[in-house]
Amino acid sequence: MAQGSTIGRVAPTVAARRTSALPEMVKDAALFALVTLGLAIPVVAYRTDLGQGTGLELTGRWGLVAGLCAAVFVLRLAQRLVLGEVSRRRDIRTLAEADSKAPARLARPGRIIGPLTLGIALTLPLLAAFGSGSLSEGRYWIDLGILILTYVMLGWGLNIVVGLAGLLDLGYVAFYAVGAYSYALLSTVFGLSFWICLPLAGLFAAAFGVLLGFPVLRLRGDYLAIVTLAFGEIIRLVLINWVDFSGGSAGLSSIPRASFFGIPFTAGEGGFASTFGLTFNPMHRVVFLYYLILVLALITNLVTLRMRRLPLGRAWEALREDEIACRSLGIDTTMTKLTAFALGAMFAGFAGSFFAVRQGFVSPESFNFLESAIILAIVVLGGMGSQLGVAVAAIAMVGAPELLRNLGFLKAVFGEGFDPNEYRLLLFGLAMVAMMVWRPRGLISERTPSVRLGVRAR
Amino acid sequence: MEFFAQQFINGLTLGSIYGLIALGYTMVFGIIGMVNFAHGDVFMLSSFIALIFFLILTTWLGLTSVALVFLIVLILAMVLTALWGWAIERVAYRPLRGSFRLAPLISAIGVSIFLSNFVQVVQGARNKPVPPLVRDVIVLYQNEQYTVTLSYKQAIIMTTTALLLAGFWYLVQRTPFGRAQRACEQDRRMAALLGINVDRTISLTFVLGAALAAVAGTLYLLYYGVVSFSDGFVPGVKAFTAAVLGGIGSLPGAVLGGLIIGLIETFWSAYFSIEYKDVAAFLILIVVLIFKPSGILGRPEVEKV
Repeated sequence: MAQGSTIGRVAPTVAARRTSALPEMVKDAALFALVTLGLAIPVVAYRTDLGQGTGLELTGRWGLVAGLCAAVFVLRLAQRLVLGEVSRRRDIRTLAEADSKAPARLARPGRIIGPLTLGIALTLPLLAAFGSGSLSEGRYWIDLGILILTYVMLGWGLNIVVGLAGLLDLGYVAFYAVGAYSYALLSTVFGLSFWICLPLAGLFAAAFGVLLGFPVLRLRGDYLAIVTLAFGEIIRLVLINWVDFSGGSAGLSSIPRASFFGIPFTAGEGGFASTFGLTFNPMHRVVFLYYLILVLALITNLVTLRMRRLPLGRAWEALREDEIACRSLGIDTTMTKLTAFALGAMFAGFAGSFFAVRQGFVSPESFNFLESAIILAIVVLGGMGSQLGVAVAAIAMVGAPELLRNLGFLKAVFGEGFDPNEYRLLLFGLAMVAMMVWRPRGLISERTPSVRLGVRAR
Repeated sequence: MEFFAQQFINGLTLGSIYGLIALGYTMVFGIIGMVNFAHGDVFMLSSFIALIFFLILTTWLGLTSVALVFLIVLILAMVLTALWGWAIERVAYRPLRGSFRLAPLISAIGVSIFLSNFVQVVQGARNKPVPPLVRDVIVLYQNEQYTVTLSYKQAIIMTTTALLLAGFWYLVQRTPFGRAQRACEQDRRMAALLGINVDRTISLTFVLGAALAAVAGTLYLLYYGVVSFSDGFVPGVKAFTAAVLGGIGSLPGAVLGGLIIGLIETFWSAYFSIEYKDVAAFLILIVVLIFKPSGILGRPEVEKV
């Protein structure tokens, strides 16, 4: 039996680990601390600041370095003592059992969390209004909801490209920018309304996706990633430097606001409030925007879920698993990739035009590589292919830092001037690495193919 | 003509720095077939390490000998950056061997984000200027309108690059480590069966790549006299472009590609528009990858099942 032999091969190492005693662990942890010390010299130990004079001044921070080393020492020791035990058991279990049970077990939390999240999302303006007393006071929560949903939509859009088709797109924000600028320009120059611009923005972004995708999608995975990265940067640089077209780095402002299908959100006659017999409240527009992005995000989700059941969606997933096999089976890989790319780009375009109509202002600053990286991080942490995972990851990564910023006790612990947002990207980076090392298939759910054979031949 | 000559010198200097960074990309790609996306940020980090040691040596210890300061800073930066390279490989890349295809790249992007923000958090977001270390220039040619000069800085940069490339080429072609590395490039499993410590060879490759990035980082600081936490991204992408253009996996190709990219960028800024110089580099990357992904000196790649 193949399984029996694997256990036999692992058994000696398991036995060896059991005998590893405390002194050995302490030595190991000390080594870790020593490496940390080496890494911390000198970038952590000395901070450079522009002083009173002309040059830089150094401030020693050896206390911080000592703290870091001690923390690494303790954490490593704890990891060896606690997790060593756990991982040893897990080794034995996973080797002894077939992995066939795992997907069924992991699908369960999705049944509860999914509808719960959707329910909260649908009623968030009400919850915010009741929770804070009035609609205007709940504005913070609704704005936060809009921000998170924008990232959920972008995450779901990128999920089609990265999670389903397995194409690493590092320039996704370029299509977001195309959507935002196409609404900004069409509405300010030609006076078109949001509801005409929205589909147009999606079409433009999809066209850009095809334009870029057609030549580059033949490339292998990591080359594709770099080319999309370069494309994203080119779009941004052109937006910065082509001042006549895009307003340069100052951006475009006074973009027309969204209307309720043609009825503006104004106080006077013919406005939204008077048409529906309500008292005027500027919050109507915010709530409307909230539901707009919610609907857009849900459309993205619905399309993705339906696409997965179509032959095309199945081809995407097959492509992700094994491209050469797909080609051998007669799937037109370039066209299959192109559709995923264009569809993903289209949703980014929709999200972009929503961004423009919500902000009333667009500038190239909003579309840098970091934004692409954040969206990618959301998809990766969500488990690449899992719809719910992406939503939860977006909430965790965009919402959590916002909330942390308002927590007073953190300032008391870490000193005045502590801003969790500073550490947000640091943690994003670490989380991406940790995900790849420990749970490459996602935190809460797995990216199993929609169809799979009952028994896998080995 | 004088203007052209001056730009040519400037381009070669810039290209040398790109070439040094590109060597790190190309070696890592050659041995494990992975784009080390964080390499540009390792370069930036090394520049900071060099900056701090430079300040310690000049302001605290009061060293005045430029050559001595430069040498000490260079060695310390190389050692400490190499340690970073080793740690990064150990933590973020080694556990991923045998994972799915994109996992190392995603992990590398994570490392890249981590490094640039780590430096931002510990050193602050502002630009860090240093007083110029070397000011002297050699006048190569002079007439009424133009003077073509080669500054000492530029001479140092080009000489260091040339020396390092020679040393490196010797290391890879003539030493046991180089043989082990080339064996791992061709067939990792076979190399392991023949008694080569594959993990150690890969580790050493990362260490060497990081050390070269540290040289580039120190030279970058010497040349521009300013560094900020976001300086890793664009030089990193350009150096990757250089590695691809020269043929990824090929050491002379990396330096050749670096020089070409440096020259194109300098001439583009000089004759067309300085605003679009990065666009030029990115366009070259796209065009090369589409039309000749094997580069100038690279071998065409065969996709295997």
